Amino acid sequence: MQITTAILRLLIFPGLLFAVPAAWLFLYIERKTIARMQQRIGPPLLQPFYDFVKLLGKEPPQHRSIQDLLIKVWPAISVSVLLAALALIPVFPSKGGFSGDLILLITLLELPSMFYMLAGFTSRSIYGKVGSMREASLSLSSNLLFLTAVMMIAVGAHTFRLSELAAPTASPARWLGLAAIILCIPAKLRLNPFSTSSAEQEIYSGPLTEYSGSDLALWELAHGLEWLALSGFVVSLSFPRTGFKIADAGIFAFLCIALVVLLATVAAATARFTIDRSVRFYWRWSVALAVVFLVSAVVFRG
Amino acid sequence: MKLLEKLLSHCRQKSPWLFHMNSGSCNGCDIELVASIAPRYDVEQLGIHLEGSPRHADILCISGPVTYNTVAAVKTVYGQVPHPKAVVALGSCAATCNAFAGSPTVVGPLHRHIPVDVYVPGCPPRPDAIIEGIAKAAELLGYPERRKPLTDEDVKDIPACGGACGAAATEGETSCK
Repeated sequence: MQITTAILRLLIFPGLLFAVPAAWLFLYIERKTIARMQQRIGPPLLQPFYDFVKLLGKEPPQHRSIQDLLIKVWPAISVSVLLAALALIPVFPSKGGFSGDLILLITLLELPSMFYMLAGFTSRSIYGKVGSMREASLSLSSNLLFLTAVMMIAVGAHTFRLSELAAPTASPARWLGLAAIILCIPAKLRLNPFSTSSAEQEIYSGPLTEYSGSDLALWELAHGLEWLALSGFVVSLSFPRTGFKIADAGIFAFLCIALVVLLATVAAATARFTIDRSVRFYWRWSVALAVVFLVSAVVFRG
Repeated sequence: MKLLEKLLSHCRQKSPWLFHMNSGSCNGCDIELVASIAPRYDVEQLGIHLEGSPRHADILCISGPVTYNTVAAVKTVYGQVPHPKAVVALGSCAATCNAFAGSPTVVGPLHRHIPVDVYVPGCPPRPDAIIEGIAKAAELLGYPERRKPLTDEDVKDIPACGGACGAAATEGETSCK
């Protein structure tokens, strides 16, 4: 990738200039879907934008110790890491990208959850620590399934290169892998039924309890960007390209929004699992998928 | 610069996040507040959102006549809400101590300890009234300079207390002196 295209991707499309409004749109769709499921009208279109600007305008908390500075750092890194991840997503698979960029993308998608955990531990709030521990166990178990699924897709296509993966040859392994990834997204986005780490009725806001003002605004933005990155990742690996860029972009956006609506519907329709049940859920599915993966590897490789 | 300030003021009015606190209330007002944020009234249309942490909140909804045991917590939580903020006193207890006036364990009403912006009277108030009160407080969030601070008249004659301090909370103060 040329350095100029890399910078363009990071700052304009699909980076900062495009991704931030898109993240707000996705947050809006999430909230609106949940509202419609409850037979409400729901928030206005600009609500996530209002929330963001309002939080930016709040009085900044006083920072004294190194911990307080770290608290400011985590959401900022999360946002930048997610922007980098978005820049890697192969919406238009050309000859861009580099060998092994799938691994980089997976790493970048994983980091925000780790910073979220660290935020809880750094805040020294008891609710933050409980939330972080829950996030840690959930991320350990859901990642098992997520990584198995990603491996399955990559092995099926014999490549770790996103641009080659994005031109799909529809195989059963790919669809199974994508379904497993979709199963992991609620845990990664902390949605119902896997919202234990930010369970409002039990531990206030979990790791974010001590956050306020602009730091909280960045966390909200990071959440929207996570929506964008994860749904974009799944969708970009799942649909055959028509060759026309505008048509491709339209299909891509439509499928992403459909995925958000689907997951928000599930979130509105379900109650919260306890942490041990969510962990058990993911371990079961990972074992099942791993068995299928091994069997298919043996059978199809001869 | 004027435009930015206008935008900020508009956004503040459009996104009031609540923190709910009980200062010795009988739970009647608390139930009504929960009813008013339930799906039937759909307060999300106004951007209203109940938050779990006072640090996320803009509007502090306090019910109850403020007892000895809760007055320090009321002031702490008030200090934890970042500026600009507004306070809604839910129910007659928070406004006048209601049936608990004169009790030796009650140091209210609320406006003797923290500045109150909107009173929602009623025992308990109806959800519609609570939503209207919150909407008025949200309007005020856009113009923080219009808030009235505590006056000497408010804080005089506060009884000497055990857990509570008797001094009025100032902006940003988080603990009882």
